[in-house]
Amino acid sequence: MSRTITYREAVVEALADAMEEDETVFLFGEDVAEAGGPFKLSEGLLERFGPRRVRDTPISEQAIVGTAIGASLSGLRPVAEIMFADFAAVCFDGIVNELAKYRYMTGGQVDVPATIRLGNGAGAGFAAQHSQSVENWFLNVPGLKIAVPGTPADAYGLLRAAIRDPDPVLVFEHKHLFNHKGEVADTPEVVELGRAEVVRAGSDVTLVATQLMRHRALEAAELLAGEGVSVEVIDPRTLVPLDLETIGASLDRTNRLVIAQECSHDGSWGATLVSRLMADRFEMLDAPPLIVGGDETPIPYAGGLEELWIPSVERIADGVRRTLAF
Amino acid sequence: MSKTASSTVPATVPLEEQLEWQRAMLEIRFFEEECHRMFARGLVRGSTHLAAGQEAVNVGACRALRPTDLMACTYRGHAAVLAKGAPLDRCFGEILGKAEGLCRGKGGSMHLTDMSVGAIGSFAIIGAHLPIVLGTAYAEVYRGSDGVSLCFFGDGSTNIGAFHESLNLAAIWKLPVVFVCENNLYGEFSPIAHTTPVDELVVRADAYGMPGVRIDGMDIGVVHTTVSEAVARARAGEGPTFIEAMTYRYKGHSRADPGAYRPEGELERWLERDPLILHERALLAQGVEQTVLDEMRATAERTVADALERAMSWADPAPETRLEDVYA
Repeated sequence: MSRTITYREAVVEALADAMEEDETVFLFGEDVAEAGGPFKLSEGLLERFGPRRVRDTPISEQAIVGTAIGASLSGLRPVAEIMFADFAAVCFDGIVNELAKYRYMTGGQVDVPATIRLGNGAGAGFAAQHSQSVENWFLNVPGLKIAVPGTPADAYGLLRAAIRDPDPVLVFEHKHLFNHKGEVADTPEVVELGRAEVVRAGSDVTLVATQLMRHRALEAAELLAGEGVSVEVIDPRTLVPLDLETIGASLDRTNRLVIAQECSHDGSWGATLVSRLMADRFEMLDAPPLIVGGDETPIPYAGGLEELWIPSVERIADGVRRTLAF
Repeated sequence: MSKTASSTVPATVPLEEQLEWQRAMLEIRFFEEECHRMFARGLVRGSTHLAAGQEAVNVGACRALRPTDLMACTYRGHAAVLAKGAPLDRCFGEILGKAEGLCRGKGGSMHLTDMSVGAIGSFAIIGAHLPIVLGTAYAEVYRGSDGVSLCFFGDGSTNIGAFHESLNLAAIWKLPVVFVCENNLYGEFSPIAHTTPVDELVVRADAYGMPGVRIDGMDIGVVHTTVSEAVARARAGEGPTFIEAMTYRYKGHSRADPGAYRPEGELERWLERDPLILHERALLAQGVEQTVLDEMRATAERTVADALERAMSWADPAPETRLEDVYA
């Protein structure tokens, strides 16, 4: 049996189930307790688990990330919330220099099972400092795992997996999807990190997308089906580890690759994916890989401008058409 | 500064324990002298930051902790990590980049870590570890245990944002943390007066509603007494304490720095109050024979030399180990 819940409800449920399952799991961040979360992603958890396990912090991202690192060194499974992912810039040192490297620099003396949840992405008019796809900043930092759920089922399943994982995991929760509804099982499943999902099977082109772009990619695939084009849509779901096997196998059949991403090109996950696939599968490609992404600008505020910045269904569909026409 | 000054050890500390403090300080001093020579011989990569002169702060504070309490320190951390109980040979091994080093040769001089003795890390990004001890301290509260986390940091750290976020959160959550500022008067090459608008760093504790105390960091008895009180407060759930321990590094900031910016005579004045000399006088005053102390010194020197010899004999890390320890 399955039921329909929102992405937001899935996050709350995952947190509650994780805390129920494991006494060492606790949640903290700015306004996560009494207010139930700035985006209501922890509603009811304070009442259910008490202030020891659901704690408000000052507006101190460095202290928040440091607390997560220290608590995980001491054997707890902390879940820290960074309200807007963009604020990762304020605690970049903690994430990049300490959290990511702790295990390696100590020669594997200790596990660091911290989970950092970050509110990600554009589409709601928050302008350039509160809308970025921040997962890209961390791609070049070995030691971190990166999850980018795009559906309620994945928001639940990846968060559960992240909290259980012995390594640090950054979980990017897309702000523009919080009210998105989707099916989950009555007892939702944990989703293994590093397993892409083939969201829609197809034979003409492989279209890879995450989060908000996953949904637009599906719409584009539907549109293109009406033109007789069969698009395979794949959501990697985690960028580290990245399931090159599933994506590569698809490319071996379709021989064409399009990526839809909510960010500009350089240093992006899409650019990384292209370079990885090209290295192994150059001869499989019938057309150059194409990335449909945001403009090479900060994200604008005005509704019309922001919508132009974010790849639209039509732009994604057009990218597929161009790739097929090559 | 009297030439007859000695450390002030309370009568409650048994003589045997006081002797052990001296042994620990001697080993650290000889360790740092060996490191200095190792650098000169080109055996060490990167940089190093010696703590000679600061031993009383590290040993006095760590001896106020239980073995199960946790300690974090700075990149000038050899002394603190040894004081917490890390073995001499594996510390040398790490600095030499050996497979048997504390961190399998992946950390080096600035990152000595020995989780097995509660030395949770040496941190080379100024102030980066202050937020981390918030988490280790909260873990104790979370479990209902009475463990304490002690955090050493330099005077320079008090001007970085992480310091302020950490004292604030520690105070508002009443965390069992002891913040020990090793004020050695210089942030890298800059005298503290050039970078900091207050004469005494301890006043910053007031801003966070936290008790603060400024002490003589060359006097191991004073350090031990003060830290013991702070640890007792922390264990009792009364929250963090800020201790400013006035001390001095005999060497420059790093191996590349001869310390030429220091006013003439300053080093000499501090050397007169060397923590090993002050504590030796205290031991003599309690009836310990000079020959016992001389023997202790000779044994410490030999112990350190033997440890270095062992570490030098160890193998370099196998090439494939570079790919290990990234993920669990």
